[in-house]
Amino acid sequence: MRERRETGVAQGPVDGEGLEVQIEQWRLYVQRSRAVTASDADEMEDHLRAQVADLGATGLDDDEAFLVAVRRMGSVDAVSREFAREHSERLWRHLVLVPDDGDSSGRTSWRELLVVLALGVGAGLAVKAGLVLLDDESLFLRNVGLLVLPFLAGYLAWKRRLTPPVLAALAAPFVVLAVVLNVYPFEPLGSTEVIAALHAPVALWCAVGLAYVGGRWRADENRMDFVRFTGELAIYFTLLAIGGGVLLGLSAGVFEVAGLDFEPLLESWVLPFCVPGAFVVAAWLVEAKQDVVENIAPVLTRVFTPLTLVMLVVMAGVLVASGDLAAADRALLILVDGVLLLVLALLLYSISARDPLARAGVFDALQLALVVAALAVDAVALTAMLTRIAEFGATPNKVVALGLNLLLLVHLVVAAWLQLRFLQGRRPFAALARWQTRYLPVYGAWAVAVVVLVPPLFGFV
Amino acid sequence: MRIDKDLVAASATPLVLGILVDGESYGYAILQRVNELSGGRMQWTDGMLYPLLHRLERLGHVSSSWGVSDVGRRRKHYAITPAGRAALAERQEQWAVVSGALTQVWQAVRDAEVRLPVLPEAGAGRPAEGAL
Repeated sequence: MRERRETGVAQGPVDGEGLEVQIEQWRLYVQRSRAVTASDADEMEDHLRAQVADLGATGLDDDEAFLVAVRRMGSVDAVSREFAREHSERLWRHLVLVPDDGDSSGRTSWRELLVVLALGVGAGLAVKAGLVLLDDESLFLRNVGLLVLPFLAGYLAWKRRLTPPVLAALAAPFVVLAVVLNVYPFEPLGSTEVIAALHAPVALWCAVGLAYVGGRWRADENRMDFVRFTGELAIYFTLLAIGGGVLLGLSAGVFEVAGLDFEPLLESWVLPFCVPGAFVVAAWLVEAKQDVVENIAPVLTRVFTPLTLVMLVVMAGVLVASGDLAAADRALLILVDGVLLLVLALLLYSISARDPLARAGVFDALQLALVVAALAVDAVALTAMLTRIAEFGATPNKVVALGLNLLLLVHLVVAAWLQLRFLQGRRPFAALARWQTRYLPVYGAWAVAVVVLVPPLFGFV
Repeated sequence: MRIDKDLVAASATPLVLGILVDGESYGYAILQRVNELSGGRMQWTDGMLYPLLHRLERLGHVSSSWGVSDVGRRRKHYAITPAGRAALAERQEQWAVVSGALTQVWQAVRDAEVRLPVLPEAGAGRPAEGAL
């Protein structure tokens, strides 16, 4: 502050300019407390200026008058504490989705709300139409991503004001997947169909990511933003689902008391509209909150990283103790893939919220332990599965589960290595973060490859 | 003379409300008036006045409005409300009881001093100081 003040005086020959700089500094300092709003700072600045003027009238120069006036205001920390005691609600951040004053930002927010609601209803109509027209259940499950995600991508495209070339690039994966999923002669509910239905949403989600980053997907920071968006979306959607579940449960209760059957209404109208609608609304909430409300996913990683480590140690114990893993079926491989995905998500979200410049700490070591434990569990399971595949031959499920396992393995091994180097102080944290975001498109490519190549390779069984 | 901060805190609300009875005012002017009334002997920490004013506003004892000072700065003005007047009347009664009790104590102290002059090392300076 002293330096800034001296430069302020040096730049302006007029003493008053130095005073302005000083008052500005003081104001910034006061406003650092969240309990002090801009209008509180206005109020106190008015006081300060009146005091400086009065002291100036008694013969003090601006510098002296400012020092005395600031001293009389009292310790900024003590005053802020007092403000915090009076306005405790200000210490909680509040999300204002639609500002109630009639300025232009308010109108934009209202328009956005209308767009979101229209797209939510559109997604609901698409799903409802899908349910009615695609009478084959497996056909519907294959297409459900294609019915909902274009509306979400549409919202993001509207919000980001995408240019026509980006829009075309965005439409391409949707069209390609729509053709592949509906032209391939799948065996009804065969394993290749299930695999395609599971991987298509992943591929489409990458297209949503393209819309989210406004076409600039090559930037690491943008990809990390999309990762954050995905995590927050999952959490907000879950919260909406829980709230919706409460409403539905209460309604079902009343219907039952009245002797009416709630289920047909629920299945044919409420769920087809509410679930996709909630998805689009959740995306809007995440977009709106961005910097206002703390991200929750990284908070959850803090809680679940140690717990998951305990779980992995127990798992490794169980796997080793059970002995005869050659008898284990593909369910084990899928479970282990799930474990690796969970560990990856924990790693990714804690990285997404970490200050890249902070020094390595206990939590970073804990994460390394987590990744190493996950790799150990994977090694035990993988040896068992490889012998089994060698013995009984490959099936689509095994090949896909094994492929995903290898992808995750590469991801986590390199991440563990970089984490270790970071803990030793040999590599910067940025290297680890870069690796995480650079590797993500590989999963998109993998999902596309699985949907497009695996069914014909295995004869659509 | 320094006045104990608990005493300053206890008297702050009735002082502010009482000053506002004279008419709408703003933070700096209220503090100047406090200075005048106490002959400069009641030194408040200026910044603490604002959380107090905000609390009084939340309680409905004062209302606020933004105006403009004579040099064109934004300035927040406070006015007492009927609820504030009622609160002030209640505070006044409370202070009257306290002050009446204290007056009798001071009188008793004076009487005791007259009857039994205190030795200098007896450390009885405290009540005498208070009586000032």
